[in-house]
Amino acid sequence: MKKVLALALAAVLTASACGTSSGEGERTLRVFAAASLTEVFGALEQRFEDDHPGVDVQLNLAGSSRLAQQINEGAPADVFAAADEASMGIVRQTGALTGDPMIFAYNRMTIAVQPGNPKNINYFTDLQRPDLTVVVCAPQVPCGAATQKLQQNTGVVLNPVSEEQDVKAVLNKVAMGEADAGMVYHSDVVSAAGKVEGIEFARSSGAINRYPIAVLAETGQPDLAGAFRDLVFSETGKAELRKAGFGTR
Amino acid sequence: MLWIPAGLALALVVLPVAGLLVRTDYARLPALLTSSASLNALRLSLVTAGASTVACVLLGVPLAVVLARATGRGVRVLRAVVLLPLVLPPVVGGLALLFLFGSNGFLGRLLAEVADVRITFTTAAVVLAQTFVAMPFLVVSLEGALRGAGDRYEQVAATLGARPWTVFRRVTLPLLLPALGSGAVLSFARALGEFGATITFAGSLEGVTRTLPLEVYNQAEADVDSAVALALLLIVVAVVVIAVARPKAVEGRT
Repeated sequence: MKKVLALALAAVLTASACGTSSGEGERTLRVFAAASLTEVFGALEQRFEDDHPGVDVQLNLAGSSRLAQQINEGAPADVFAAADEASMGIVRQTGALTGDPMIFAYNRMTIAVQPGNPKNINYFTDLQRPDLTVVVCAPQVPCGAATQKLQQNTGVVLNPVSEEQDVKAVLNKVAMGEADAGMVYHSDVVSAAGKVEGIEFARSSGAINRYPIAVLAETGQPDLAGAFRDLVFSETGKAELRKAGFGTR
Repeated sequence: MLWIPAGLALALVVLPVAGLLVRTDYARLPALLTSSASLNALRLSLVTAGASTVACVLLGVPLAVVLARATGRGVRVLRAVVLLPLVLPPVVGGLALLFLFGSNGFLGRLLAEVADVRITFTTAAVVLAQTFVAMPFLVVSLEGALRGAGDRYEQVAATLGARPWTVFRRVTLPLLLPALGSGAVLSFARALGEFGATITFAGSLEGVTRTLPLEVYNQAEADVDSAVALALLLIVVAVVVIAVARPKAVEGRT
């Protein structure tokens, strides 16, 4: 959280600094990105602004399906990075993209448990145990869709006490000790920094989320938007993604 | 002259709702509203809002009487505390409830140890969250009415030999009925629309904790048309409740 705040502060400071010095040369790049990309894209924003003086990157971070709706309702965006292909599909079907979306990261599901794994949860099938309080995402959001797919693949039937609206809510329920286990992304466990422990399981490969990125047709600055997309695919981008627990190509 | 600001006030309330009406997909409306998820959410909303209104009345009436009749400096502080849920963001209210009734909370632990009962993620948690946010509406309406009425009638009844409980039952309560009616309707309306405290404290599961506002939010994630249809249903329920009960209560024709 501190890191994000510091980045936000830095962004504000640089933006105001640019505003006073360069004035009319100021350009704004609007990047819509899935909430799970908060840390990675925060770092990339900083990097991009350093490399492109006079450019202000504005990040809009939210659930992917909500971002897709915002774009379809006419919210101005230059770049869209989603947590699953379904959300990108919502924007794509309206013809709002330039070119095809490209996959830049992977995220696998993992079981979040309390530190030290007090309930001794080791496999996905363990989550069927009646003594466990399990929380998942609602099937309408990407992490919930992935959890459903895992259940179909493995024949495991979960009996969750709650279906949350986003993956961070699931993570918090486990971190606060209200739930014994929650289905989250591997990157969420990494960003939780010790508040929860991740239990890897072999069958998680059956539901891997692929993160697509695309430049929007409406953008007035395809060069800048393209450059930001290139940064995500660069070695710098890949390093940031891996540090945050994502898989890259 | 008053009609200009009055018109603006009305427009501020009516126009957004009109926007909702314009966006509604009427062809799919019947199917969207009769899906099992919608019906479950509607039933749960009516049951929990009803239960929390009853809880508000049972607990709020004595509290309002105590606040209105008591004197002293402590009462002021007490009144401010009672109003807290009005100014707290509902999510914060939900967190507060979680810290008290959650598995690491004081009462939550006690209940788990003594009675092996868990509150979080249950329908009881929904009622608790709704009662928490709705109670001030009832207490405020009642206390205002009590202070306005004064305690002359009660004094007279007492001098005529009525015991305190008889005075409360035969004098205080009948005087309070109009304010009680409007307070109860306000509480019900607030409980019906409750979202933040519920999703934070009770979670969201169809048929157990997913009330209409939570189902609207859930549907908005995937299918805006469905969310709009459900929002319309919520508005209709709220308007019916307020229109049927509120004027009577306000005009004292209960």
